[in-house]
Amino acid sequence: MGKILPNYVSTTNACKLCKPLGASLAFRGVEGAVPFLHGSQGCATYMRRYIISHFNEPIDIASSSLGEKNAVYGGGANLKLGLKNVTEKYHPALIGIATTCLTETIGDDVKMLLYQYRQEFMQDGGPMLVHVSTPSYSGTHMEGFHAAVRALVEQLTEEAGSNGTVNILPGFLSAADLRSLKEIACDCGLSATVLPDFSETLDGPALRDYPLIPKGGTKIKDIQAMSGAKATVEFGYTLPDQLSAGIHLEKTYKVPLHRLGMPVGIRETDRFFEVLSELSGKPMPEKYAMARGRLVDSLVDGHKYVFGKRAVVYGEEDMVIGLTSFLAEIGVQPVVCASGGTSGGFIKAIENAVEGFPVEMPRVHEGMDFHEIGELAAELKPDFFLGHSKGYALARGLNIPLIRVGFPIHDRVGGQRLLHIGYHGAQQLFDLIANAMVMAKQDGSEVGYSYM
Amino acid sequence: MEAALLERQDSIHRTGEAPFVMDCNKDSLAGAVSQRACVFCGSRVVLYPIADALHLVHGPIGCAVYTWDIRGALSSGPELHRMSFSTDMQEIDVIFGGEKKLYNALVELIDRHSPKAAFVYSTCIVGIIGDDMQAVCRKVSEEKGIPVLPVQSEGFKGNKRAGYKAACNAMRQLVGMGNISGISKYSLNILGDFNLAGEIWLIREYFTRMGVEVVANITGDGRVGDIQRAHGAALNVVQCSGSTMDLAKMMEKDYSIPSLRVSYFGVEDMAESLYAVAEFFKDEEMMARTKELVKEELSLIMPELMRYRKVLAGKRAAIYVGGAFKAFSLVKAFRTIGMQVVMVGSQTGTPEDYEELAAITDPGTIIVDDSNPLELSAFLQEKDVDIFVGGVKERPIAYKLGVAFCDHNHERKEMLAGFSGMLNFAREVYGSVMSPVWKFVPRGEK
Repeated sequence: MGKILPNYVSTTNACKLCKPLGASLAFRGVEGAVPFLHGSQGCATYMRRYIISHFNEPIDIASSSLGEKNAVYGGGANLKLGLKNVTEKYHPALIGIATTCLTETIGDDVKMLLYQYRQEFMQDGGPMLVHVSTPSYSGTHMEGFHAAVRALVEQLTEEAGSNGTVNILPGFLSAADLRSLKEIACDCGLSATVLPDFSETLDGPALRDYPLIPKGGTKIKDIQAMSGAKATVEFGYTLPDQLSAGIHLEKTYKVPLHRLGMPVGIRETDRFFEVLSELSGKPMPEKYAMARGRLVDSLVDGHKYVFGKRAVVYGEEDMVIGLTSFLAEIGVQPVVCASGGTSGGFIKAIENAVEGFPVEMPRVHEGMDFHEIGELAAELKPDFFLGHSKGYALARGLNIPLIRVGFPIHDRVGGQRLLHIGYHGAQQLFDLIANAMVMAKQDGSEVGYSYM
Repeated sequence: MEAALLERQDSIHRTGEAPFVMDCNKDSLAGAVSQRACVFCGSRVVLYPIADALHLVHGPIGCAVYTWDIRGALSSGPELHRMSFSTDMQEIDVIFGGEKKLYNALVELIDRHSPKAAFVYSTCIVGIIGDDMQAVCRKVSEEKGIPVLPVQSEGFKGNKRAGYKAACNAMRQLVGMGNISGISKYSLNILGDFNLAGEIWLIREYFTRMGVEVVANITGDGRVGDIQRAHGAALNVVQCSGSTMDLAKMMEKDYSIPSLRVSYFGVEDMAESLYAVAEFFKDEEMMARTKELVKEELSLIMPELMRYRKVLAGKRAAIYVGGAFKAFSLVKAFRTIGMQVVMVGSQTGTPEDYEELAAITDPGTIIVDDSNPLELSAFLQEKDVDIFVGGVKERPIAYKLGVAFCDHNHERKEMLAGFSGMLNFAREVYGSVMSPVWKFVPRGEK
């Protein structure tokens, strides 16, 4: 197992982001919504900057911009003024309000403030207000993301008649993944509500006019009607029950829940299609059977280039679990699986992901930062890193490739277009990994082979 | 204008329409989606480039992780500043106080990295729960024998300018600690350049050629030891209106060191700045060397610069930057390449800054303080702008509308200062404005 990691007090180069960022992303995936942070101005600006550097798209996140007086006397007045101004300028259908560590610590009662706001300013209508508590001192951006999705469902969904739709709660995927997911559901003959869906709001076309709010996103009426769906499919093995919108729908409206892993790699995608087939009553469409067939064929063609290679995988827990599952399928040895998250379910899920495959159980750590990942990596001699851009310095230090997946991709174009899920996503991942290994060998060779 | 909220209208003016006093330098309006960050951001960006110091953010993880490797801030040596250190406060620390964790984190990191000094940044909730950072810093400083400086940068206690001041307060404690023997009487400190893409190396070279010793870079490619000796310099040259002027004032008060405001962007301001320094030292030979330097540098760039001017002449530019001082230089730099500035704004300008902007811009130019995406996009459209100059948050606004863009902020990779920097700037502008991609965006379709 190698050396035991010391229990560091400080965090260096964190492998996680803060809760309100995740909530902002989730709210961005609702049609007509403006994310709103109740806190000081800096939070919204920092998160916008961080998100813009990945998506290369505008993302307007409003803020109640609290000053010193508000921190002492309460932020209620600023919250209300901010909501009023956002309503006036953006004409939103919904404002998604997430708290920050500042407003949680001073103890603003957002629920009550919103009640007052509705009484004072919304007698003649106005946007829907959905709020979520996201103090950044507990949990990561993923808890913020899931909490916002759960809040949307808890606060918007109403009793509705059976409508034959399927709810898909994908967690945090790329814009390309979300487009693919909708296409899969459609090809399977299912009418799906994907929540959230920022595939267009954070990856839209060039425009003539700046949109107040970009087009796209999950329709509010569809969220309201999620109670009438015939099933919910929710991705994420580490998603805690209290943050699961799927469990809320099951408990409150008796919508059957299928909890799956992120459909990354062959087995997880197979499981996803099994559920879709069950729900549609039809076999997997030919298009996907062919994609699966081509994928398997390509794995055979390329298996020698990747077998036995050693990988460090890091990022959000559920993304890492999916990626690890795929690596096991192609004979890559994951040596470290790391996340800044601390769900408690990470190790077990990784065990399941590699079980039955000829790979050893990797070092799996929750609550890791890049200092710790670096210490392990130096010892475990990996051939490549698989994760987001923030591992670049470590990979560079070890002189091995970083294969960029997930979020954020800050040092390449096209992070929003990375496809991870389904057979098509697995195909892209395999090509990236195999080519990185071929390239490393080719570039490192004196001969400079021109055939593989 | 329609895109602006009523409360924002006194922060938007047009040159020549009526005399105005800009409504500025105050908290951002709630719900207006300001492009500004916070007090913490102000402190963090100013101190960030000090490369051999430990920069520890005391707070929950967000503030540290969003400022990890955030600016170019190149270093010729150590790169400790590129790491993101945090106490990563958890709920339990918020309830019971974070002092113990801060102490342990500081000791751990100082032992691991042996920095020359440590800056500890307070964040919003540290201000609320009332951790005694001063006391912890003092204790660790005594134990470890290095300066450990608290930076009072709680995000909500004002805007970015307040953060600049907090950073200057922290640096003030370093100045005066070092040995100043052997420093030339022709010496200065460079304040307010952050060496985002190598600017300070070029400026130092100019000063060396003039015969002036540079004592401390504050803070680009900065070193703790140099800042500790900064009081031995004869002069402070200060770029960037807000960020380090406070430190210059403090050093004038503490050590009677005079300061000059300079700018290294654009040929006019660059040359003027060098002449002002030569004039300050009242040395004829130095002045002669400076004139020679300017002549030589200009001869190297002018032919190519004129080629760009020919193509770019008459095109329209919009500017939205952090500090107004950079905006002055950019207005002139655009003029050098024949372009017209039709909109200019900043996050942190003062009424005097905006008065000056009104004085140097053409009638009808939009002048704006603390703007936001809806306003900025409306300005770009109204003025049919060919290129927008700003930072990362402005970039997608321009691109979404099919407008060219030049990054003049933290993430730029092109060295934009000095004479060769002017050429790089012109290349940047040319390379974006002349790209064929604009033919395909909706705005370019006839």
